[in-house]
Amino acid sequence: MSEPFITLTSRTVTLSQANIDTDQIIPARFLTTTTREGLGKAAFHDWRYEADGSEKPEAILNRIDPTQHRILLAGRNFACGSSREHAPWALYDYGFRAVISTEIADIFTSNALKNGLLPIVVSQAVWDDLASQPDQPVTIDLQANEIRRGNAQPVPFGVESFARQCLLDGVDTLGWLQSNLPEIEAYERSRETVR
Amino acid sequence: MPESKTLFDKVWDAHVVRPETADTPGVLYIDLHLVHEVTSPQAFSEIEARGLKVRRPDRTYATLDHSTPTLPAGANGLKPYVTAQAEAQVHTLERNCAAHGVPLAGWGSEDRGVVHVMGPELGLTQPGMTVVCGDSHTATHGAFGALAFGIGTSEVGHVLATQCLLQRKAKAMRVTVDGELQPGVSGKDVALAVIAAIGFGGGTGYVIEYAGEAVRSLDMEGRMTLCNMSIEAGARAGMIAPDQTTLDWLRGRKHVPADYEAASAEWLKLATDPGAVFDKEVVLDGAAIRPMATWGTTPDAGAPVGSPVPQPQSESDRKAIAYMGFTAGEATTSQPVNVVFIGSCTNGRLPDLRAAAEVLRGRKVKPGLRMLVVPGSEAVRRDAEAEGLDQVFIAAGAEWRIPGCSMCIAMNGDVVAPGQLAVSTSNRNFEGRQGKDARTILASPATAAATAVAGVLTDPRVFLSEAMNA
Ligand code: SF4
Repeated sequence: MSEPFITLTSRTVTLSQANIDTDQIIPARFLTTTTREGLGKAAFHDWRYEADGSEKPEAILNRIDPTQHRILLAGRNFACGSSREHAPWALYDYGFRAVISTEIADIFTSNALKNGLLPIVVSQAVWDDLASQPDQPVTIDLQANEIRRGNAQPVPFGVESFARQCLLDGVDTLGWLQSNLPEIEAYERSRETVR
Repeated sequence: MPESKTLFDKVWDAHVVRPETADTPGVLYIDLHLVHEVTSPQAFSEIEARGLKVRRPDRTYATLDHSTPTLPAGANGLKPYVTAQAEAQVHTLERNCAAHGVPLAGWGSEDRGVVHVMGPELGLTQPGMTVVCGDSHTATHGAFGALAFGIGTSEVGHVLATQCLLQRKAKAMRVTVDGELQPGVSGKDVALAVIAAIGFGGGTGYVIEYAGEAVRSLDMEGRMTLCNMSIEAGARAGMIAPDQTTLDWLRGRKHVPADYEAASAEWLKLATDPGAVFDKEVVLDGAAIRPMATWGTTPDAGAPVGSPVPQPQSESDRKAIAYMGFTAGEATTSQPVNVVFIGSCTNGRLPDLRAAAEVLRGRKVKPGLRMLVVPGSEAVRRDAEAEGLDQVFIAAGAEWRIPGCSMCIAMNGDVVAPGQLAVSTSNRNFEGRQGKDARTILASPATAAATAVAGVLTDPRVFLSEAMNA
């Protein structure tokens, strides 16, 4: 289980192109794993490495220190495509703890929230503003639901309320779902008698 | 008067175990959980770590498709897995299914197939059901009037353990395609036209219902192709109301209800009520749809075959056109094609293979071009071979493989080489989707087959009209 997410202060990395799909975040050939661990090396693999495995020195994700750049500022429609949960696993293992975009794919949002990676949707104006000052640290305050930076006006953001609480508490949702087992059984009984 | 409901409302309402509130999502019951080797290992480990069992193995059904080789075992009897890790992943699912009593259409099973081809074929998928799978193309099953959507691996664990998911209800969009489709225009062309109209991501947050005369006129396979690609517009699911076509197609299949007439009567009631309101409506003229092909690296970058690559509207467009090796203003029909792939859960069904074979019959694949035909399931393979379609492909110079995802996702060793241009009947043309630095054009089976003959992207109606005039 991931650590609780309450506040995060970090610098951002910008990948501005639109429609970064999950095949870019982690190419399919890395999906034959049977564990969740160690996928950070595969994150954006083909953007970071040559065919012979050597690093592309110009790739931004090879130039930064992932422990100092925990917020990914991504272009519109981020993480579209496949439902692979390997995408948030890889991003988390690489070092990211939050993704900010103007639009984030549904399945990825749901997957990320279950893995301690906070997806945040902001307006284009806020996005542009964040992108214009890449070196200034940004604070994401999940308790207050706002993004703060320097003296700028805090920017509110929304996260689905239940997922937010789970992130704040560092607990997962399966336990809560299991607490509904009596209702689930009752539902099954009612349907079986109808048939 | 009772409130008017959409098809989506009806299926959703029938599966709410606990309604959503401001603080908590709803608990939604899942009728059918399909499982494959790639997105399930961590889910089984997760529930086992908590000492849990699969709660309803009778509502769970597994197959092997993504990591599996499409070439038969060699002389040594060993299957040609791409890596030891791929083989280990397959064995992991075999072990998990055995340990939890989950039925598996594994090696040697006559039922094995790509998960979204197999489910409907076996009658596991039925109207009005909720269907999930750790796979974004689960929307395919919506063609039967099921609410079917892809989930992540954590959620696979949730369904294994509880048969339920935590969900908030999506918004509803109706896409109406009116008019009569022209000859040579298939479900794939409709799908590409719809995605081009809505935009990649234009469906985010929605469940789409497809309606209209052109949609009704599609056979079940064409409807599955259309629903399959809903995710390529960002939509969670795509649905089509059950009608006589649906009932005729499902009748007699292995897992359908014993009292088929009674079930059918219920299924027909699922159709959207007159007056039901959608959050968004999109209308397309089906008669105007031409055979489509993509020019970029997202599935919405589609245009009629033969039209010029558009002028880039954004940095992303510029990058996509450069990746594809095209020039704005140039027609994509001028570039030599290296590979043609026919298969996948989008277009690996019998009518798809027939459409391709019709073009190829008596013709040859262009020398130097590699054509791979991969049936979507063992059943499709059997039926195709019974009709002699395999012989048509082989005689034309194509490779005829055993079922699997193959070049759609290129994780089993079937890859497009760096820099090569492929015309593929699958669903994604993302950078590197079919292999590192591979370039992909998405098209229908007929278009792909016509391309294999001509060596460049080709409108299949050229060949089909020859056939009609002959
Ligand atoms: S054929 Fe392609 S899209 Fe379909 S399930 Fe397999 S990998 Fe996914």
